[in-house]
Amino acid sequence: MSSTAGGSTPAITAEGLTKLYKSRSGEVRALDGLDLVVDEGTVLALLGPNGAGKTTTVRILATLLRPDAGRATVLGYDVVSDAQRLRRVIGLSGQYAAVDENLTGRENLWMFGRLYQVNSPTARARADELLDQFDLSDAGDRPVKTYSGGMRRRLDLASALIGHPRLLFLDEPTTGLDPRSRIGMWEVIRSLVRQGSTLLLTTQYLEEADALANTIAVVDAGKIIARGTADELKSSVGGERVEVVVHDPAQLGAALRLVSDCCLTEATVDEHTRRLTAPAAGGAQQLVAVIRALDDAGIVIDDVGLRRPTLDDVFLSLTGHAAEEREAEAAASEPVAAGRTA
Amino acid sequence: MTTVQEAPPQQGSALSDSLVVTWRNLKRIPRIPELAIFAILQSVMFVLLFAFVFGGAIPLPGGGNYREFLMPGIFAQTLAFAAATTAIGMTDDMAKGLIDRFRSLPMSRSAFLTGRTVSDVVYNLGILIVLMLSGLAVGWRVHEGLARFLAGVGLTLLFAYAMSWVGVWLGMLVPTVEVAQQVAFTAIFPLTFLSNAFVPLQTLPGWLQPVADWNPVSAITAALRELWGNPNPFVTNSFPSEHPILMTLIWTALFIAIFAPLGVRRYRATSR
Repeated sequence: MSSTAGGSTPAITAEGLTKLYKSRSGEVRALDGLDLVVDEGTVLALLGPNGAGKTTTVRILATLLRPDAGRATVLGYDVVSDAQRLRRVIGLSGQYAAVDENLTGRENLWMFGRLYQVNSPTARARADELLDQFDLSDAGDRPVKTYSGGMRRRLDLASALIGHPRLLFLDEPTTGLDPRSRIGMWEVIRSLVRQGSTLLLTTQYLEEADALANTIAVVDAGKIIARGTADELKSSVGGERVEVVVHDPAQLGAALRLVSDCCLTEATVDEHTRRLTAPAAGGAQQLVAVIRALDDAGIVIDDVGLRRPTLDDVFLSLTGHAAEEREAEAAASEPVAAGRTA
Repeated sequence: MTTVQEAPPQQGSALSDSLVVTWRNLKRIPRIPELAIFAILQSVMFVLLFAFVFGGAIPLPGGGNYREFLMPGIFAQTLAFAAATTAIGMTDDMAKGLIDRFRSLPMSRSAFLTGRTVSDVVYNLGILIVLMLSGLAVGWRVHEGLARFLAGVGLTLLFAYAMSWVGVWLGMLVPTVEVAQQVAFTAIFPLTFLSNAFVPLQTLPGWLQPVADWNPVSAITAALRELWGNPNPFVTNSFPSEHPILMTLIWTALFIAIFAPLGVRRYRATSR
């Protein structure tokens, strides 16, 4: 795991964070000695499946949960002993869009501003500014219950920014959003990144981590199991691959030889689905070469394409198991459920 | 370690934070008018049902007007349900994840709860006014002058405030609004019926009389009857029936002293 680079001060340090939840089937280790360093002015994505411990990590760092073991500092404040000072300089936006739906957008922002200990006129001015920035000016005086999911999420993020936090936690900022709102959210987050915010976000999507973060930390079973840029992680799984579905089972053997020749490695074959897969180091060029070779040989194909490694591929290669949800932990790490697990 | 450039942030001011939370809770009332309207209708319905259905069937020892006897009981019952109102509000905020937002803010640790209980007192004052107007309509009167009338109103709201703190604690224990509602009703209905609110204590079986006698709902009901000059048939010369006002103050102080710290502790520790 890389540590502090270039002499900059870490914005987040966590050592050996451990959190246990009691569940019906016994104790669940939501965090199992998690270590983490995030440098000031960078964006780190915690990537992992439901129940990996992402939300629990964020909740500990944002002072909502106490770790059972280990320690963490954020912006120099200990998350347990200095929690109240820390709350002044961080912002938290979660997957549950925690805004009051009976208040208007403007009222929500004013209220959260006041509770950040900002005085009333400043809170009002900042609310106007944020409504404008997040494209909510027209809806600012409507109750939030009339907002769309994407609008609520933007308001939630705006609420986290009302006190000019030096560090922002975004817990699954786009989970549950439709594709258009997701892209909109990405734009908003990117603009924050351009302004130099330090950001820790959690996501289940490699694509999202790729789009937003400098560094990705892969979380599994309460630990960081890999850390690097998106490209580094993808190349650790072998980068892009070409996939071909052959129409006639009788031609599978011939197709396998051709694809293996084109890709300079033995392709894998799934007889049942008639699917051939091989690493495509040359990207699109390689795909063209494969299609040409198959066509020249008169092999009929049903489907062909380049596939980027998914979170599943990264997981398979890092852990040897698929990134499927671990039921018990998933329940324990959801904020609402966690609220009951005391 | 990082050098912190900024001046140490000030602590959240408990008073101004509580006022902001109170403001937020009160804003909700006009935004969901159905809630207040049905709460009011329910109160009026109770007055009418008891006044007209039981009014003739329950004779008071030593005579006296049943409706005059009844109204303080209705006030006490309705405001005992302040615990349910508060519990439902708390559970709703928890289920929607709002409580996490508040807990992540640099605000006073008790303000969220104080704001909730204070706004519920304001709400309950509104309900009490409607109840009193309905009471006047069915023949209830205050006979002891303005000062004692206001003392009774103050005592009622204090009782409601104490019940709200029970609701705060309860609201954080249960998982959903529906459960909060069920638990609160299951606990409060017997509390209000095992009291002198609707029937004179003499009509209860002997073994039940001491229970009803020491019931906080009996204390506030008897206190109001005494303050306002409404019929107040004593059953025993027990301490609570002889000192209902003092007993109400003791109960409210006890509830707040127990449930406010429990609630704050629970709030700080939710999900720990």
